[in-house]
Amino acid sequence: MSKAALIWIYRDYLRCSGCRRCEIVCSLKHEGKIWPEASRIRVFMLIPGIEVPHLCAQCQDYPCIDACPSGALSANKETGAVIVNKEKCIACGRCIDACPGKVPFIHPAERYAVICDLCNGDPECVKVCGEGGWNALQLVRGSAGYNAKLYAKTPEEITRDLAKVIYGEEMAGRI
Amino acid sequence: MRGYAGKFLEVDLSSGNIRETKVSEDILRQYIGGRGLASKILWDRLGSRWSDIDPLGPENILLMLTGPLTGFAPGGRICISGKSPQSNGIVGSTVGCEFPIDLKCAGYDGIMFFGVAEKPVYLLIKDSDIELRDASHVWGKGAKETVLTLVKEARHIFGERYSGRGIFKEPSMLYIGPAGERLCRTASVLAKWSHAAGYGGYGAVMGSKNLKAVLAKGTGPLPEVYNMEKTMECINRIIKASLGMELFRRWGTGSAGYTVGAEQSSEPVMNWQEEWHNERSFGVDKFELFWVKKFWGDFGCATTCLKLAVINSGDFKGSITDNPDYENQAYLGPNLGIFTPEGNIYLTALIDELGFCGIQTGNLLSFAAELYQRGILTKEDLGGIELNWGDAKAFSELLKMIVERRGIGSILAEGTYRAALKISEIKGIDVTKYAVTCKGIAIGAHGIRSGKDYPHYVSYPCSVQGGDHTSVAYIPLDHGNSELRAILYDSGVVCWFNFFSEEAYGALWGLMEAVTGWNITPEEWFNVMARRILQIQRATLLLGGPDLRWDPRIHDDVPQRWYEPLTKGPYSGKAVDKARMRENISEYYRAVGWDERGIPTSEELKRLGLDDVDKKLDEIRQTLH
Repeated sequence: MSKAALIWIYRDYLRCSGCRRCEIVCSLKHEGKIWPEASRIRVFMLIPGIEVPHLCAQCQDYPCIDACPSGALSANKETGAVIVNKEKCIACGRCIDACPGKVPFIHPAERYAVICDLCNGDPECVKVCGEGGWNALQLVRGSAGYNAKLYAKTPEEITRDLAKVIYGEEMAGRI
Repeated sequence: MRGYAGKFLEVDLSSGNIRETKVSEDILRQYIGGRGLASKILWDRLGSRWSDIDPLGPENILLMLTGPLTGFAPGGRICISGKSPQSNGIVGSTVGCEFPIDLKCAGYDGIMFFGVAEKPVYLLIKDSDIELRDASHVWGKGAKETVLTLVKEARHIFGERYSGRGIFKEPSMLYIGPAGERLCRTASVLAKWSHAAGYGGYGAVMGSKNLKAVLAKGTGPLPEVYNMEKTMECINRIIKASLGMELFRRWGTGSAGYTVGAEQSSEPVMNWQEEWHNERSFGVDKFELFWVKKFWGDFGCATTCLKLAVINSGDFKGSITDNPDYENQAYLGPNLGIFTPEGNIYLTALIDELGFCGIQTGNLLSFAAELYQRGILTKEDLGGIELNWGDAKAFSELLKMIVERRGIGSILAEGTYRAALKISEIKGIDVTKYAVTCKGIAIGAHGIRSGKDYPHYVSYPCSVQGGDHTSVAYIPLDHGNSELRAILYDSGVVCWFNFFSEEAYGALWGLMEAVTGWNITPEEWFNVMARRILQIQRATLLLGGPDLRWDPRIHDDVPQRWYEPLTKGPYSGKAVDKARMRENISEYYRAVGWDERGIPTSEELKRLGLDDVDKKLDEIRQTLH
């Protein structure tokens, strides 16, 4: 398959097993090490049992790119991913503020923002998730269009929504 | 040194001092980590005064240790240890969670806690930013409240302290519930809602130190390994083997609540009065209706044998727990005369919430219920509770009495064996025959009378961890059921459940070398390294004290109950043969280098370089004639 086609990662949170193999393969690919805090996809567990894989949702209007003062961010036209130019990035955090889901974060050891680059069209996280049969992350060919931005949510917001369904209102109100 | 973060934390709770310390490469090469290293640390620091150390006193040391394979082997796990308030020896008790990953990523292979904090505290770690904080506001709180409060608080603190870097991901945590705070000897150390290090009773040790929780966030990578390519190759072999266990992945151990009874006749039923049931109401097909998450796992695990169970309606509405797994199914199910998922999920969730171990405490509840059945404990003795088999609400009332140490609860809080001694004294009748324990540790939910399950005659009597079903004795010593294998897993520290197949087990040895760079052969492990750890554990078990000591001639035995024949099911009439038991025990003693009294021989200990252990055991050799 062509590695460079417009793709989107669909996320089905209730299927996430919390195994965090996505974090392992992502950090191996991008850092050459097992490094959960540097993984482009981070699994939040603000309430046990509610594991939330948190990654870029590729909003069509890319508010992060607009907010970047140093021209470090750009959209890969083929995959749709947000690409961070490490040399240009000044780690100011404006992209984080601009992101509706507060998805980007500053690399734990270096001074640049970390955002999912979709592994240039062949995301490792999706592969291990599918291999395990969990399918919390699924590859969608094409764009999610205007709906993409609905998935740009903070871990808190996603957790509250899920907690309400699984555990009820009271627990949802506790984060 | 590869695979290790390279540093340990020493936390003196009495003074509040926290310092970093190192363990030499030579010691790590010999004892690896987790259970092995715990044995070495505890022996070096407490061995000479072992019998005098009160497990619940300030002198005990609480250890939380990872191993070099932690984080690399699928399924993160950490080993909790110290002098056990159950066996008075050393127990390596492991629990799955992301805490060990965070700890290693923060730069530490483990934590050693000394002394007692003046007030309730919790330890908060973010890399080298470490502090003890007041825990008064969560003292007395159950699992849910403790987790929700402290995770939120830690995220708030770190979110402000490290602002501008993006959303701060939650730290992982280990904690205790009210059972640990009140020094119940069947209390566990918990993670998430219901993951628990239950064997050993370390929840009570943590409580005795006024330590409510430990939270850690490590932002670094896992430590460097010797050969990353080979490491990943071994990990992938293990994962491939895990993915092949189709039904184990789907059901976890949750199908065993039916089969270990119906098929193998080895499940505790009403305090082991029987081991057979074929209640279809207790089938996995009924349990899975409650699973809101069908695959739930810890760091890097492809098996994900846990499941999240929630009850959304009826009498037991609001119960949240995992699976329950087989041990909780059995011990808080048929063992209490309960044959419905609802009652079982309800009690398991309550056990978790209070911070009890489901095995130890389920055993305790059924012991009390049998005494009630026999009229030895009356309704008055039980504070008005009619403790009938199958009544989940009645058992929950008794649990509350235990955790609050009200009336008989105060006696039961000491665990089955100690409670049996006390009740025998009070009532003037021997009730120890109803205590299904070994060396003060309740026996896991796998019986031996039918001969159809994995444990055998010597499994529990000769284990250095008593009734622990995850660490049973077996010959040959390198067999999958051998205790020396359990020591490998618990020292690694890895999850046993990912190493059932020979393929995965083979890959584990490859992983050990790829991660550490050490060429440890199975021969060296089974003949020398694991034997050293086993002998230290055996020595501390024999030294025991201060409240109880074990005489191998009496206590290297199965519970008396197992000499009674089964009366129901296809293995009706089967019982343990006493003569054969003594023969098998002698054979095991010879295989592991113990003399005819069960004491490690001087020859064996000197061969292993454990001269100080040998010298100390002279005390035992003189008292056992």
